[in-house]
Amino acid sequence: MTASNEPAAVPLSEAHLESVAPHADRAPSYLSAGHTLRSWLLTQDHKRIAVLYLISISLFFVIGGLAAGAVRVELIKPRGTFMSSELYNRMFTLHGVVMIFFFLIPAIPAILGNFLVPLMVGARDLAFPRLNLLSWYLYSAGGLLAITAALTGGVDTGWTFYTPYSTFYSNSQVTMTIAGAFIAGFSSIATGINFIVTIHKMRAPGLTWFRLPLFIWAHYATSIIIVLGTPVVAITLLLVVAERVAHIGVFDPRYGGDPVLFQHLFWFYSHPAVYIMILPAMGVISEVISCFARKRVFGYHFVAGSSMAIAVLGFLVWGHHMFVSGQSMYAGMVFSFLSFLVAIPSAVKVFNWTATIYKGSVSFDAPMLFAFCFIGLFLIGGLTGLFLASLATDVHLTHTYFVVAHFHYVMVGGAISAYFAGLHFWWPKITGRMYPEGPARLTAVILFMGFHLTFLPQFVMGFVGMPRRYHYYPPEFQTMHILSTAGATVMAVAYLLPVVYLLWSLRYGKRATANPWGATGLEWTVPSPPPTHNFDTVPVVTGEPYGYDEADAPLPVTDSVVSATMQATGGKTPGGTA
Amino acid sequence: MSAEIAHAPALHHEHLSHQFEDIEQQRESYVVGMWAFLVTEIMFFGAVFLAYTVYRVLHHAAFYEAHKQLDIGLGTINTFVLLASSFTMALAVRCAQVRSRRGQVVFLGATLSLAGGFLVIKAVEYSHKFAHHLFPGQAFHYPDAAIADQARLFYSLYFGATGLHAIHVIAGMLVIGAMLVRALFDRDAKQDYMPVEMTGLYWHFVDIVWIFLFPLLYLIPK
Amino acid sequence: MPVVLYVRAFLGLLLLLVATLMAARLPLGVGFNSLIALAIAAAKALIVVFYFMHVRFSSRLVQIWAAAGFVWLLIMFGITLADYIVRSWAPIAGWQ
Repeated sequence: MTASNEPAAVPLSEAHLESVAPHADRAPSYLSAGHTLRSWLLTQDHKRIAVLYLISISLFFVIGGLAAGAVRVELIKPRGTFMSSELYNRMFTLHGVVMIFFFLIPAIPAILGNFLVPLMVGARDLAFPRLNLLSWYLYSAGGLLAITAALTGGVDTGWTFYTPYSTFYSNSQVTMTIAGAFIAGFSSIATGINFIVTIHKMRAPGLTWFRLPLFIWAHYATSIIIVLGTPVVAITLLLVVAERVAHIGVFDPRYGGDPVLFQHLFWFYSHPAVYIMILPAMGVISEVISCFARKRVFGYHFVAGSSMAIAVLGFLVWGHHMFVSGQSMYAGMVFSFLSFLVAIPSAVKVFNWTATIYKGSVSFDAPMLFAFCFIGLFLIGGLTGLFLASLATDVHLTHTYFVVAHFHYVMVGGAISAYFAGLHFWWPKITGRMYPEGPARLTAVILFMGFHLTFLPQFVMGFVGMPRRYHYYPPEFQTMHILSTAGATVMAVAYLLPVVYLLWSLRYGKRATANPWGATGLEWTVPSPPPTHNFDTVPVVTGEPYGYDEADAPLPVTDSVVSATMQATGGKTPGGTA
Repeated sequence: MSAEIAHAPALHHEHLSHQFEDIEQQRESYVVGMWAFLVTEIMFFGAVFLAYTVYRVLHHAAFYEAHKQLDIGLGTINTFVLLASSFTMALAVRCAQVRSRRGQVVFLGATLSLAGGFLVIKAVEYSHKFAHHLFPGQAFHYPDAAIADQARLFYSLYFGATGLHAIHVIAGMLVIGAMLVRALFDRDAKQDYMPVEMTGLYWHFVDIVWIFLFPLLYLIPK
Repeated sequence: MPVVLYVRAFLGLLLLLVATLMAARLPLGVGFNSLIALAIAAAKALIVVFYFMHVRFSSRLVQIWAAAGFVWLLIMFGITLADYIVRSWAPIAGWQ
């Protein structure tokens, strides 16, 4: 404990103004707290761990993206272009495993969540910093195992590891890949526990539950899913390995086992897992929309409650993955009905975001464009989900490209747009530099168009019967496949551009002020990048979040303000190392 | 909440980590975090219990026959041993709270010995099963050919569930051992009691798993 | 927590252990016997959770988290077992 722990009441808006003013005795930023490799690899600072995650998750995104590209190129011709069928199976499995377990699930929580949760609740760090560091090591170890498995033969089961193929027939690296996913699961659990305890116990004075940013609500809901669901898939995958190695028979019909039980246990986690991917994305969108519409989030309580509703309802609907798998028809009917219920909280969010934008003073900065991408793509993804939740249409559409298109609209269109929205929105806070606005807006537009070009054709061909995961296909689908591959190429541009200009901005980007967007929220009251212990004094929260329509709301920092500040600080911006 | 709370002087405490405001917050955080972890453990074992329940309902007669090979006597003794170890663990936590170093050493030692005893008895049981070719491996052989397959399933679940539980017992023993060493070196009894309390929570959870495993595996009604 | 409470909890556990062994010998039928065995196990678990794990004397927050795992387990059991129970039901005529 240092003297900096002496708390003082700092209302949000005043704190904002104060943070622009010079601080003679301010602690150095977290980025300059040490420059050795050791200072990074043994750090317990949640912000540095977030950066470690950013680097490693980006690497896995590249691997998963390359695999996706290979699959798309292969599908240009009806009988393949350059892969054997064995390799094709391994390639789409690699894409699925890497993207789901090592990109989508950790992306927003482990990078943005890790960075922002303590800042947003006004804490110096997460509750268990060492556990947080351990989670990054577990993630990396799991990822390395999965990649090793891919390089030493690969897996051909699909990311779902369905029995009896995975336990009995497949002679690929199932065990090693599962070990990787298993270990990554523990990293996910560690993050979840950390968020739960931090959000429960470490909120700043005055920060009641209904004053929390919606980003925090979303992460709390996500953490609940992680904690309740992940262990179930862990033990299930462990049983698959035991079955492979020791033929114990738990899922083997020869001994009276039931392969459908595997699907029950697998989807008990893996359906809620799609909410692990989308809920944090929704949290990001609530922050961004409110900031760039300069309006309070419409129906704050409903948006917060809908996150919790999605977390709970998400656990009751897993059987809609199993309509044609031999589960009872009556169970299918109940699952179908329950699946429709998830549409309610999802729609509450979309309607409330739309109502937030209505009559707002909207500015079209890049994060807002990405947020628009999210709403548009999530809307289509969510509504096509209703087709698949209906028992009768699902019998026709299941195992077709319709399903592939549906979940890519939600998980890629939705989650990645939101991830980009968040990454751009908080980039100044994380790095202390502004990204270049022009290329970023261009990226959002390219992403949106490339995405539709890739996946709209897949809806069409799925609807007319193109099965998913097939290597060879009838020639009449070729046009659609070529369109889809062309779209993937456009999307690749949208993924490469940020790599270029975000890296460029680290050196050449404009220095960021503490609050470049004029956003509310405690994370904008500290300098960019924040000092190691986040807050010099414990902040006290006295009002609701998103007070954009209040008279004393913070304003976006214009260039004139920046230069005034620079004069005041003797040429050094607040974000710089004084 | 008012600003007064924030103005209250921060409680400086020897065991306080930098990220917490006061020791109460830190302790409650530990307990909530530990329970969140135990929730994951409950779901982890829960899936095994679910698999077992499904198959016992589907193959009840075969499971009843197969379970007769289990030794109820040894199972009962082991239940007693584990309940007793939970009792001594609870007393060890209490001794840590009242800063009795001797009490901690005695009760942690007792808990460790009982846990060891549990594993020894488990090993005896396992060796009997191996001797009778009841381990579901290559050498598996069940006398009644009509239900051999389902019996194999029963023993898969038996070894799976008790094996996972035994791994947790071993992990618990390692932590309890660490706490014992910590207490031995803690001459002034100045250390924080929370690590011992956390160990206790974990150990009681291991006990609870066995509380359910015992009737489910050993006491199948006809 | 006074030591006497721990002693009482332990004695209660031993009593329930004896009870579960005796109940297993009663010829009540498969369902009823299983139910009694599980009820006794649940009672034992409650004693451990409430007294040995101090949940009875903990904050509301800890109590909620202590309950969460068990409640979610019941959801998983309930829905999965429901599928197995209704699987043998006759399908609606003309649907399959």
